[in-house]
Amino acid sequence: MFDYSTYLRSAKLPHIWCPGCGHGIIFKSLLRAMAKTGWDKDETVVVSGIGCASRLPGYVDCNTLHTAHGRALAFATGVKLSQPKFHVIVVSGDGDSLAIGGNHFIHACRRNIDITLILFNNGIYGMTGGQYSPTTPYGDKAATAPYGNLEPQFDVVDLAKGCGATFVARGSSYHVPQLDDYIHKALMHKGFSVVDVVEACWTTHGRKQKTKYKNNLDMMKWQRDNAVPLAKAQTMSAEELKGKFVTGIHHEAERPEYVESYQKLIDSLKGGDK
Amino acid sequence: MKEGKYTFVQGNIACAEGALYAGCSFFGGYPITPSTEVAEYMSEKLPLRGGKFIQMEDEIASLGSIIGAALAGAKTMTSTSGPGFSLMQELIGYACIAEVPCVIVNIMRGGPSTGLPTSPAQSDLLQAKWGTHGDHPTIALVPSSVEEMFTETVRAFNLSEYFRTPVIILGDEIIGHMREKFRLPEPGELEVIDRKLPDVDGLCRLPYRADGKHPACLPNFGASRFHVTGLNHDESGFPTMDPSIVQESNSRIIDKIYHQRELIDKVETKYCEDAEMLFLAVGSAARAAEEVVEEYRRKGIKAGLFRPLTLWPFPKKEFIPLAEKAKNIIVPEINLGQLRTVVERFARSEKVIPVNLVNGEPLDPEFIMSTIEKCSK
Repeated sequence: MFDYSTYLRSAKLPHIWCPGCGHGIIFKSLLRAMAKTGWDKDETVVVSGIGCASRLPGYVDCNTLHTAHGRALAFATGVKLSQPKFHVIVVSGDGDSLAIGGNHFIHACRRNIDITLILFNNGIYGMTGGQYSPTTPYGDKAATAPYGNLEPQFDVVDLAKGCGATFVARGSSYHVPQLDDYIHKALMHKGFSVVDVVEACWTTHGRKQKTKYKNNLDMMKWQRDNAVPLAKAQTMSAEELKGKFVTGIHHEAERPEYVESYQKLIDSLKGGDK
Repeated sequence: MKEGKYTFVQGNIACAEGALYAGCSFFGGYPITPSTEVAEYMSEKLPLRGGKFIQMEDEIASLGSIIGAALAGAKTMTSTSGPGFSLMQELIGYACIAEVPCVIVNIMRGGPSTGLPTSPAQSDLLQAKWGTHGDHPTIALVPSSVEEMFTETVRAFNLSEYFRTPVIILGDEIIGHMREKFRLPEPGELEVIDRKLPDVDGLCRLPYRADGKHPACLPNFGASRFHVTGLNHDESGFPTMDPSIVQESNSRIIDKIYHQRELIDKVETKYCEDAEMLFLAVGSAARAAEEVVEEYRRKGIKAGLFRPLTLWPFPKKEFIPLAEKAKNIIVPEINLGQLRTVVERFARSEKVIPVNLVNGEPLDPEFIMSTIEKCSK
């Protein structure tokens, strides 16, 4: 059995997450993937913004940086560029990454800086009590959408691809072995990698969708029943895919990585090439 | 005049040279007039010496990037102007509570909002002090010349590293863009302070343990594997809501700078000993004020200039005795009375003659004198 204690600050447990929350599942998946990389904990920096998922770094026995709302990628960029030896992992929620941190998200993708973003996508602002986020399903009730959410959702995969991320995967908190694999591949990828993890918040979101879910288990079942593997999705029509989410490694590309490009610049200046 | 090679450079370039002299190895910035030359110069010079420059997507990200780099061990700086400085307020508070050294240059311009992007102003004197939410320490330096753009930048790095807090440089469009004679000091000529690191090698369990009212002694990221947060935290760096710890730590990050003011305070005075007309001015306004003081002295009027190079914390110990003796305190500033609000805390308001200009033009000696004459009638 995998020994989590090597990577945990066990004294900081129990964690703050509610029963039924997917964060713990993704956290364990991340720890297993980290172990598989063989990275030195001294050279690993885990960065987050604000929100439930952003409390994760406090539990990890690495260098950990809990920043301000939305700003994790900006801090992480400074850490990585100034000290390229560090492996930098950012954990963030959908509101944190896509709303207040949206600008940093698109530019981290564009720069292709060697950072991995694990996006804990539960489609709600959990910590503040269930307000609608950029990924709350259309029509769902939320604390700030008492009559149902009128805003369309971001598709994280399309967004990340469109902005230039060179590794983009989507998993769920139900499909755990696949998630382990996606996160590990993302960590090993040279360049900016995004893993969009579809998960659920029963406490602030599920409970309000009276017609959709009776309990948190229903939210897990929803993930089970609505995930479509990429290969299968390619055989389905847009109509058939409506309301589903497509899992798998959606995009893998090679493009100059930012920190490496910068180092090449420094080397060329030293060599008097310029 | 000291011997050596003199050049003719812009204030913003002298500021960037000061950063390099102090050992800045990471700069994150976003273009904004009238500060952009600082970033441009750093983008050219940093990679030549193995340092890093990055143009971030906005000013919030700029400050975020340098805080991250500082935690990883670098000496860092960003530069901006009013609107960008407004955006940076969010993370200035973060650097204060997390005790991360970094230098923030604000080349002030006319405001509010987009205001007068290319015109001089001293519009952010109070924003520098109170802009970010929550009680927090503020160290802000105000250079008045190209040479001081250099020396005060070096000092900003030293204070930032020593006190583990962001230090703000308040230049203005005139000081940033004007060109003056400048000599680059030799290495070792000016003191350069590096952050003190804890003795422990390896895991650091109490990064925020501080000796009394002193700054915390954080390690850099690495084998230390510690936690940094913008939440109130205890000595271990982890969040706490324990009232006594929060009270103590919120007070300590402010006390630490007041506790050793002698390392921070810097005031230049001219003819203040017997001054009946005491001028208080900073930055480019102080240059105009100095001319007026000289002119008044020629006429036999007992005028003197009090010029804080460290504006925050305000040098009240030095100012109050002079303010008490003076018949009038003249406060020329390129705003509508920001310094005046401070002066009026320490001197009777009927003594104070404000001289304010917000039309985008430099404050000149004639304007100061005519304003004083009008007030005296």
